[in-house]
Amino acid sequence: MRYLRLLGIFWAASAAARMEYRAAFVVAMFASVIETAGKLFGVYLFYSSGFELGGWPWQEALLVLGFAQLVDAFFLLFFVPNLRRISEMVQDGTLDFVLLKPVDSQFWVSAQKLDPIGLPYLLLGAAVLGYAGWASGLGAGGWAWLAFAGAGAVFLVYALAFLLATTSIWFVKIFNVVHFLSSMIWSAQYPVQAYARPFRLFLTFVLPVYFMTTAPAELALGRAGGGAPWAMFLVGLGLFAFSRAFWRFALRFYTSASS
Amino acid sequence: MAAPAVLAEQLSKTFRVAEKEPGFAGTLRHFVRRRYRRIEAVRGVSFEIAPGEVVGFLGPNGAGKTTTLKMLTGLIQPSSGRARVLGRDPYRREAGLLRELTLVMGNKQQLIWDLPVLDSLRVNAAVYEIPWAEAQHRTAELAEMLGVAEVLRQPVRKLSLGERMKAELLASLLHRPRVLFLDEPTLGLDVNAQLAVRRFLKAYRERYGATLLLTSHYMADIEALAERVIVIHEGRLLYDGPLGGLVERFAPFKEVRLMLARPAAAAAFARFGEVEEAGGLRVRLLVEKDRLTGVVAELLANFELRDLSVDEPPLEEVIGRVFAKGAV
Repeated sequence: MRYLRLLGIFWAASAAARMEYRAAFVVAMFASVIETAGKLFGVYLFYSSGFELGGWPWQEALLVLGFAQLVDAFFLLFFVPNLRRISEMVQDGTLDFVLLKPVDSQFWVSAQKLDPIGLPYLLLGAAVLGYAGWASGLGAGGWAWLAFAGAGAVFLVYALAFLLATTSIWFVKIFNVVHFLSSMIWSAQYPVQAYARPFRLFLTFVLPVYFMTTAPAELALGRAGGGAPWAMFLVGLGLFAFSRAFWRFALRFYTSASS
Repeated sequence: MAAPAVLAEQLSKTFRVAEKEPGFAGTLRHFVRRRYRRIEAVRGVSFEIAPGEVVGFLGPNGAGKTTTLKMLTGLIQPSSGRARVLGRDPYRREAGLLRELTLVMGNKQQLIWDLPVLDSLRVNAAVYEIPWAEAQHRTAELAEMLGVAEVLRQPVRKLSLGERMKAELLASLLHRPRVLFLDEPTLGLDVNAQLAVRRFLKAYRERYGATLLLTSHYMADIEALAERVIVIHEGRLLYDGPLGGLVERFAPFKEVRLMLARPAAAAAFARFGEVEEAGGLRVRLLVEKDRLTGVVAELLANFELRDLSVDEPPLEEVIGRVFAKGAV
């Protein structure tokens, strides 16, 4: 409850700071809406002809794209503004203030900021998922799995992004690695079956984009085997637990910037 | 005897620091193969601070003051030795202990740059679980003590350096910590702002019985607030005792100030002691205590004086000599 209240206060302050510069905020929101509309148009052109990808009917492939956009929206809303700050705070030593607060430091550095320009992308992701789910004829159970899988995908990407951002403690300026993860999402907007086998293996076991978009879509469509939801849940939970342990381990090497 | 509020026991910290030669060739070598050097920032420092005590922590740049403060606040782990604050290990960062302490750094700030101070205070109130009505009451009290009530609704970026530091203090003390670690809290402030911060810290300590460990390059801060000083140099403890004792121990001389009736050459005063200032009507000499009576008698006999005063040397002078000596 306390952490929910903190989230509200953090996000209100963060949005207020972003909105302090009115012109920049209005332009950024406008650009975000235009870019979102452009993406939507691209999706329409690609999928309106009934094109099939890797044996996926277009409406089901659209589900994969919806997950990719949902994850991308979370990057813009939370991951980029917060995880970039870790690098900055290590560089200027203001991480000291976070570590001295009686609040979980991972929670603070992961959730303190929210960038409202990610909201149109979030709406787009939700709309594409909603339409694709409807077009794919999802039943009540399918919608429940879709929500579960969406949360799981976001959770998984967060854990990966946080693990990479944590290395700032040693390498300081490392945020471009998190941008790399963000760009990875774009290779995840199509079902992995659409790629040649070597790429498919690469996108599953080297860059785990399969688990971010295709696997959640398969879960929502009821195509995954009986143990798959639990496997995905355990992978997400395991990565999250690992990210917490890694953060605590990394803080042992934090030297704080000189005064 | 009450348990110490702060305890440092043989605290040491060694850092590994990368070294780079200047120039592009040096940059390439640095990129491919880094060379590191070990720096012993703090070497076996031990002291205790009783609850309610105010201690000045002195040392030149790079002496290890900030590193010691960071070990005591639990930000960095000691390489060896033991730190305790209110009986607990600060490095464990237990929420209970974090609610009892604060670290104020003159060169870093926690306030949200683009928002009014009150927004940062609202965040801190939530973090420390202080009901907003109570936080407002505390804010009003502290703002009055600091004289910043009028600026709390202004964006932080619009505040002067002095106002920002006072607001920073307010944000750092909203949870009424019992132990305050202050690292150069008056850094860069003008004389009036320095004075206001000093008065505030004094009043806060009196009102809440807080323990203060304070580093500052302004000796006036130390003189105004601390009864006891700890001096470190090159990571080693040089002195721990009363402020007066420091002068006694490291300054076996007095400062003699003269106002001459007629100008005299500096060379004329060389035989009396160290000439700090001369050449006009004003003369300032450092005279060994053993010779003081004789020197004053001679000065009165040989020069036409308008005024003569004998005083303790300025603390800056004493500290400078301690650091120059480098050993007790």
